[in-house]
Amino acid sequence: MEITTRSLWTMIHGMGFGALYLMACSGALVELYRRYCSHDAAQPTARDETFLRVYLCAMAALAWLAVITGSYIVYPWYRTKPPAGATNLSAYPRYLLLSSPHTSGWHNICMEWKEYVAWIAPIAITMAAVVVLQYGRRLKDHPPLRNTVLCFVWASLLAAGVAGFFGAMLNKNAPVEGGDTIHLVQEGTK
Amino acid sequence: MNTTAASTTPLPNGPGAAAVLAAGIGSFALGLFAVLADKVASIKSWTNFYNPTGPLSGVTTCAVFVWLTAWAILQMRWRNREVRFARIGAAALVLLALGILLTFPPFAELL
Repeated sequence: MEITTRSLWTMIHGMGFGALYLMACSGALVELYRRYCSHDAAQPTARDETFLRVYLCAMAALAWLAVITGSYIVYPWYRTKPPAGATNLSAYPRYLLLSSPHTSGWHNICMEWKEYVAWIAPIAITMAAVVVLQYGRRLKDHPPLRNTVLCFVWASLLAAGVAGFFGAMLNKNAPVEGGDTIHLVQEGTK
Repeated sequence: MNTTAASTTPLPNGPGAAAVLAAGIGSFALGLFAVLADKVASIKSWTNFYNPTGPLSGVTTCAVFVWLTAWAILQMRWRNREVRFARIGAAALVLLALGILLTFPPFAELL
């Protein structure tokens, strides 16, 4: 059982930071709504508030890690130019997708959208985390502010969802492969 | 510090409005720079801050810079103020929506 370094980084970027962020996002939306929008919510304790603050800061860190590893580690491998005359494009995902009209849309629409829209997630969630850090339970006294913050968290879920979905589909159609091989389990020969 | 007391002291909506509007401005800047880098050759080459990543590096760096600068300026102006949030919140959401739309290639192609 083995994996290449490029596959490993793609997994860390997508399934590690990205998927974890998406899962955390739904939790944050429920918690923000329950605490600050629901009419019958009990007054949160100082410990509850600290938990939400740490949770949102961790989400912001995950979002930044996801876009930075994606843009500066995985994406350069995705867009590596093949040498002139190369016929096997499997190690050059961008050019592999663009080589056929049946797959070029995966790059021209999906990758082009994913690479930019993903950056809205860390901007939106960092803002939400800072507002919750500043206001805490006082956010309940500012309904328009808390509703707008919730809209931004929804937008960050949308942006991360688009990036995650297209990332998975792109990796299925033209996986980022190559680099050193890491042996995970060495099976004995029979 | 007594965090319970600190978190119940009234706080004006200015700092929150500054954070929200700056996030809207940053999102819009991201979409706008993405379109400009796609359509204008000189901007495309200028935004190529890091060659392996290409224009994506410059577009996102500039958008983050615009977002943080806008946030710092708005925070300085509104930190102790009560502002009319309805208009600011609506503007932030419109900018956010435009930012998302501008990053969508079929929409950007229409411009």
